[in-house]
Amino acid sequence: MDNSPLLSVEDLHVTYHTPTGLVQAVKGVSFDLGREKLGIVGESGSGKSQTGRAILGLTAPGGVVRAKRLEFDGINLLHADQRTLRRVRGGGISMIMQDPKYSLNPVMTVGKQIEEAFLVHSNDSKAEARRRTLEMLRAVRIREPERVYEAYPHEVSGGMGQRIMIAMMMMPEPSIIIADEPTSALDVTVQLQVLAVLDDMISERGMGLIFISHDLNLIASFCDRILIMYGGQVMEECRAAELAQAKHPYTRGLLDCLPRLDGAREELAVLQRDPVWLETRGGSQ
Amino acid sequence: MIDIRGLDVVFGRGQQAFHAVRDVSLAVEAGQSFGLVGESGSGKTTVLRALAGLLDRVATVSGHMAVADEILQQHRSRAFRRRVQMVFQDPYGSLHPRHTVDTILAEPARVHGLDRIEQRVVEALEEVGLDASFRFRYPHQISGGQRQRVSVARALITEPDIVLLDEPTSALDVSVQAEVLNLLMRLKREYGLTYVLVSHNLAVVAHMCETLSVMQNGAIVETMSVQQLRAHNSTMPYTRQLLTASLGYDRGAIDAFEEFGQ
Repeated sequence: MDNSPLLSVEDLHVTYHTPTGLVQAVKGVSFDLGREKLGIVGESGSGKSQTGRAILGLTAPGGVVRAKRLEFDGINLLHADQRTLRRVRGGGISMIMQDPKYSLNPVMTVGKQIEEAFLVHSNDSKAEARRRTLEMLRAVRIREPERVYEAYPHEVSGGMGQRIMIAMMMMPEPSIIIADEPTSALDVTVQLQVLAVLDDMISERGMGLIFISHDLNLIASFCDRILIMYGGQVMEECRAAELAQAKHPYTRGLLDCLPRLDGAREELAVLQRDPVWLETRGGSQ
Repeated sequence: MIDIRGLDVVFGRGQQAFHAVRDVSLAVEAGQSFGLVGESGSGKTTVLRALAGLLDRVATVSGHMAVADEILQQHRSRAFRRRVQMVFQDPYGSLHPRHTVDTILAEPARVHGLDRIEQRVVEALEEVGLDASFRFRYPHQISGGQRQRVSVARALITEPDIVLLDEPTSALDVSVQAEVLNLLMRLKREYGLTYVLVSHNLAVVAHMCETLSVMQNGAIVETMSVQQLRAHNSTMPYTRQLLTASLGYDRGAIDAFEEFGQ
């Protein structure tokens, strides 16, 4: 299999100009994404979502994105024109957001929305689009695809809504999916079932996944590799299976402050933040 | 301290009726923490709201509920309202946006006719680890964790015996969650508080409580000790599935998940 990275990010910066001064949301993040599940974990304000959005050129107005390199499939995403970017969005890199309730169009049936995602990126007929849509609904393990095709978003559950989002994002056959807290609004069993659908599709199709979440345990069990972010910087990078042996004091602190099922603790450790972490970029590396 | 027997809650009437809580019974001793866990829609928050007396205008509540030696009537007594306090999930939605922290904390003290209100406000803030400089700030000027501390301070100001906690840390980052959980544990030790904690997070319940009930579709599936929970010692398939799911992503285990419908 081809081992060259699908996406290269080098020294990414996202800066916002606000009335109270510059806010550096992302400061010098670098990583390569291959055909793998890469997790980005951090607390609120760590810059994990800003990193995902900057890749797709979805940084909010007022934000400035700089990078030494932001390359996907030979395309420099920083200097690409709008037409190229539109082709990349959806067709090359897709994004799944947290809450399907807000990401789906409430006045359009599920089937039509998924078809639209497909037709934008291809010249196939409507009949073909319908066939592909039903096939995709089946692929995300929706039991009655014909019924769901005709349903409106408010008529489906949260878990099904997120499967529909996955179906929609998979339609143009992207090579990378960026999923920003895709299952945080769901109950834990439903969350795992939705992730299983995503997992199977990613590995069957040899795609790359950037999985952004605040949930350390979930990322450690779901992803192959993890970036731990804090204050807009990557504190540490490790194999998911080796998270328990992480060295950086921030990662250790995050792990220690979680209550655990497998052992009682009198008092939870409280994370002591050290300003030094943000001076020496890359932490212990 | 808390005794609930045969609690039923029905929203709406006739064809539209929704039976949210079915025949729930539970008992909590003074100074203990009791957990209610379950997925969304399981009725765990509704039990808490029924106990607090927040449902009387919107639902039909029936069954026996008693707190200490007081049998609860539909109209809660003033003593009950002082003795039982609640902390809500969303620290953003549960504090009045146009009231300062000082006003927010002084209001329950004034309602209950307490003396030395200013002193109580300062003490309550101190108790939750905030200094007096927070008194004249508005909720939007403080962080989520600080807001939840203010919610806890507001609950404490009437010197309650029982605090009902509805997902008190699920909107917070894990490092802030640890601080708030430690705070709640310390307050419980110091004041001998009795807690009822509603959460979907089994690890949080295991950390905080001695006993818990697992709820599903409005009914209690199983009541167990935290030792049993930690040992995965459950006879009920629904509880076992929740326990498996709480361990994280395991592709193999997921295919065995069952739908636990009506």
